[in-house]
Amino acid sequence: MKKILIVDDEPNIVMSLEYIFKKENFLVYIARDGEEAIEIVENTIPDIILLDIMMPNVDGYQVLNYLKNSETLSKIKVIFLSAKNKLSDIELGLQLGADKYISKPFAIKNLVKEVKELLNKK
Amino acid sequence: MSSFLVILIILVYLAVIFYVAYWAEKNSKSRWVNNPYIYTLSLAVYCTAWTYYGSVGLAATSGLKFLTIYLGPIIIIPTWVILMRKIIRISKGNKISTLADFISLRYGNDRFLGALVTLICIFAIVPYISLQLKAISETFNVITNHHITAVSILDDTTFYIAILLAIFAAFFGTQHTDASERHKGIITAIALESVIKLVFFLVIGIYVTFYLFNGPADIYNKASVLPNFEAQQTIDGLNGGFNWFLLSLLSMIAIMLLPRQFQVTVIENEREKYLKKVIWLFPLYLLLFNVFVIFIAWGGNIIFQNQQVDADLFTLLLPLQNNNEFLALLVFLGGFSAAISMVVISSLALATMLSNNLIIPYGFLRRFSKSESAENTESIKNIRRISIFLLIIIAYFFYKSFTLDRPLVSIGLISFVVIAQLAPAFFGGLFWRRGSSKGAKYGIFTGFVITGYTLLIPLIIDSQSIVTSFVDEGLFGIHILKPYELFGLQIFEPVTHAFFWSLLFNAFIYSLVSVSKLGSYRERNFAEMFVDSTKYASLQEGAYVWKGEAYVRDIKNVLTRFLGERRTERALNLFYMKYDIDKKTQVADARLVNFSEKLLTGSIGSASARILIASVVKEEEISLTEVLNILDETQKAKESNKELKERDKQKDEFLDTVAHELKTPITSIRALSEILLADDDIDNDTKNKFLTSIVSESERVSRLINNILDLEKLATGKEKLDLNENSIKDTILKSIDPFRQLAVNKGIKINLSEINDATVVYDEDRIQQVIVNLLSNAFKFSNEKNGLVKISTYINQNKVEITVEDNGKGIENDELVSIFNKFYQSKNQTLIKPIGSGLGLAISRQIIESHNGKIWAENNIPQGARLTFTLPLNRN
Repeated sequence: MKKILIVDDEPNIVMSLEYIFKKENFLVYIARDGEEAIEIVENTIPDIILLDIMMPNVDGYQVLNYLKNSETLSKIKVIFLSAKNKLSDIELGLQLGADKYISKPFAIKNLVKEVKELLNKK
Repeated sequence: MSSFLVILIILVYLAVIFYVAYWAEKNSKSRWVNNPYIYTLSLAVYCTAWTYYGSVGLAATSGLKFLTIYLGPIIIIPTWVILMRKIIRISKGNKISTLADFISLRYGNDRFLGALVTLICIFAIVPYISLQLKAISETFNVITNHHITAVSILDDTTFYIAILLAIFAAFFGTQHTDASERHKGIITAIALESVIKLVFFLVIGIYVTFYLFNGPADIYNKASVLPNFEAQQTIDGLNGGFNWFLLSLLSMIAIMLLPRQFQVTVIENEREKYLKKVIWLFPLYLLLFNVFVIFIAWGGNIIFQNQQVDADLFTLLLPLQNNNEFLALLVFLGGFSAAISMVVISSLALATMLSNNLIIPYGFLRRFSKSESAENTESIKNIRRISIFLLIIIAYFFYKSFTLDRPLVSIGLISFVVIAQLAPAFFGGLFWRRGSSKGAKYGIFTGFVITGYTLLIPLIIDSQSIVTSFVDEGLFGIHILKPYELFGLQIFEPVTHAFFWSLLFNAFIYSLVSVSKLGSYRERNFAEMFVDSTKYASLQEGAYVWKGEAYVRDIKNVLTRFLGERRTERALNLFYMKYDIDKKTQVADARLVNFSEKLLTGSIGSASARILIASVVKEEEISLTEVLNILDETQKAKESNKELKERDKQKDEFLDTVAHELKTPITSIRALSEILLADDDIDNDTKNKFLTSIVSESERVSRLINNILDLEKLATGKEKLDLNENSIKDTILKSIDPFRQLAVNKGIKINLSEINDATVVYDEDRIQQVIVNLLSNAFKFSNEKNGLVKISTYINQNKVEITVEDNGKGIENDELVSIFNKFYQSKNQTLIKPIGSGLGLAISRQIIESHNGKIWAENNIPQGARLTFTLPLNRN
């Protein structure tokens, strides 16, 4: 079973993502902010992370940076999920090393498809 | 040398110059054509044949005095970065194409003044052009060893050269109908000639100094034993000093006001920043040109001692004397270059003046305003072409029929003095608001009459050998009216004497008339714009003050007649785009009137443009105060535009945040709905949970929208406060009611013991909104066990303070201020997302501030947050 970590401070967004990925047979982990996310990543090493950017304390960029600076964690796939959808934001996200950048609000089917594609790609 | 060979060389040389001009016109965008060096070199049209031969002549007979002609420019040119920039800016902004245009526009588009300036210029410059032709003809005779002057015009080489120059100037000078356009072909050719004349002059200087003699020391030693040497090389006491001073001043004026200088410096200027190169490069050019003058003069004095030789021709005779024909030919070509560049630029500048300020406004306007555009542009060009031919031919006949046997320098200086009569009107107009067109006209006229009396008439008497006692005894034998010693003034030489008196009276009359009579509103309007050009330059069309009635259709008709359908359409479209005006507008405003005048100015001169536009426009008079007010308002509008842009930026950022905040709940709503839609076997509990979330997120969206609208209304002052006298205690109690149940549920105590009452004027709904907001934060953040919320009032002389406290963990010190910012959410809210929109405190602050109160946050010791706002008490 693939492990997915959902990082977002919006409970209702988390709720919907949790439901859909459980249904798709993922092992779902949840973090409400960056700090919590890093803790979970260290303990479980998920296959893929859905990462919000604008969060209190440690934000999405910082989490990604943390992952990319670690040998064991840098291979984890990361999808940014953010309401920031200016071209410059997207470019910055990809430059930092995210595998995908999906703007909010997103179509949930499409998100699931992207996650699966990314995991199948070697 | 045989005349055939020299003529052949002249033709080849002219062909090269024509080709360069042609090439530059074709490649007018090239870097070789557009650079500060070409511009600087073209200014060297100042150095004419007079510089080439006359300087040496003057140096040979009167020592160092020739330097004054170059000292003036060298002194004034460094100020050009400011002074000339101002002139160039005004000229470009108003599409000015000549000196006459400049002066006439400054004094309210005065047609007569423009014509007067034109006449003065023609009077001063045509003899000067003759002089160049004379120089060509004389040096041609010297180099070909001809001693007889041609009797018939058709045998005279100079005549053909003059015609060729006229063709050159007419062809390259009228490529555009708009005379304020740059003539790149001519300018590039002039720049090339400036290089040629300098290099050849340096060659002959080095030849004389180092080949004929053994360097400067040798020449000095030999020359110093000649008679009169000492006297020549000094300034000659105080009187001489005055003469030096005035001559330098005269040349200072000349470098700016000679029509050819105005043409190359102002009209042909491509970029203002070229001036930065000019201020050191051009004085350097003048310096180089003058290095060898004194040595050639001394050398000539030594070698031609006791011979009757014209000192003006030393430069040419020295190599000939030593049988160096090749060098003599170089000198001839250098002098020829100097002469023809002067003839071409002067005739071009004068012809534009003649057509735009004299012929068109006085003769052709009515005809033009009736005929078609293609005919008109052709006629305008033809008038200019004919003017060029006319001027050069008149100059030629002037040279043929008058014995111009005065030294080259003196005729040059006379023309300087005549031109200098424009100085008070020109410089006064630039720096003095009160300078009026009447003052300018009377001043110029007076100055010209005095120049005539003290210089021109005696000179004509002298040169034509008329027998009269006028010069020696004065008019009617009155001694104080002696033309060379007016009012008994004896310290000056004739030229400086005439310059002194004419300029003194000119400036005096100009000031006196200007001060005693106020000009028309129109000229005061232009005066304001010329004098304060830096302030109004950026306003462009907007700076024009005009009141009246005009229709776009009429103005368009006039424009089409002169510019043609296509150019008019294009120009107007650009104009509409620039000012964001609807193309269907029927009534023309001040900007369009001004814009059209400028468009026409380039083609037919400012005076004619004004008359034409005025013919389709009904203008009303406005007072000076109105003029100034409008100008200031336009200026202010421009500044506030900048502020608006800044505010726009802030608004953009705000909108970005709003968009972001709106997307978050929409993301939840969409995701949850999509699941509900696609998933049929979802259990009922989950379904209910999802639907509840969708409802609450929808509420969040509408709350957010309401808050944003609220904030905007308050911030822009769109919503008026409903101000009434209220009891503050009542308001607080009303606000707390909805929280009572919540308090019981969460086990939070409410402390209301310190509420005192006062009657205060405020909008009750709004203040209630603030209190509710503060209370809901307090309830949200108060301690989970033993929660406590306290609300209290404190009343003093001037204000009521309302404080809401809780016993939660308080606010981080660095957030005490920022929590009042829009969309600010505390770092402490990690785990539980607040229900609020992030706008509550921002709205509260806005409400309190519009009541002229204050709101701030503090921390309670040992724990809890404390938020306070004040309302002013008005106890009258």
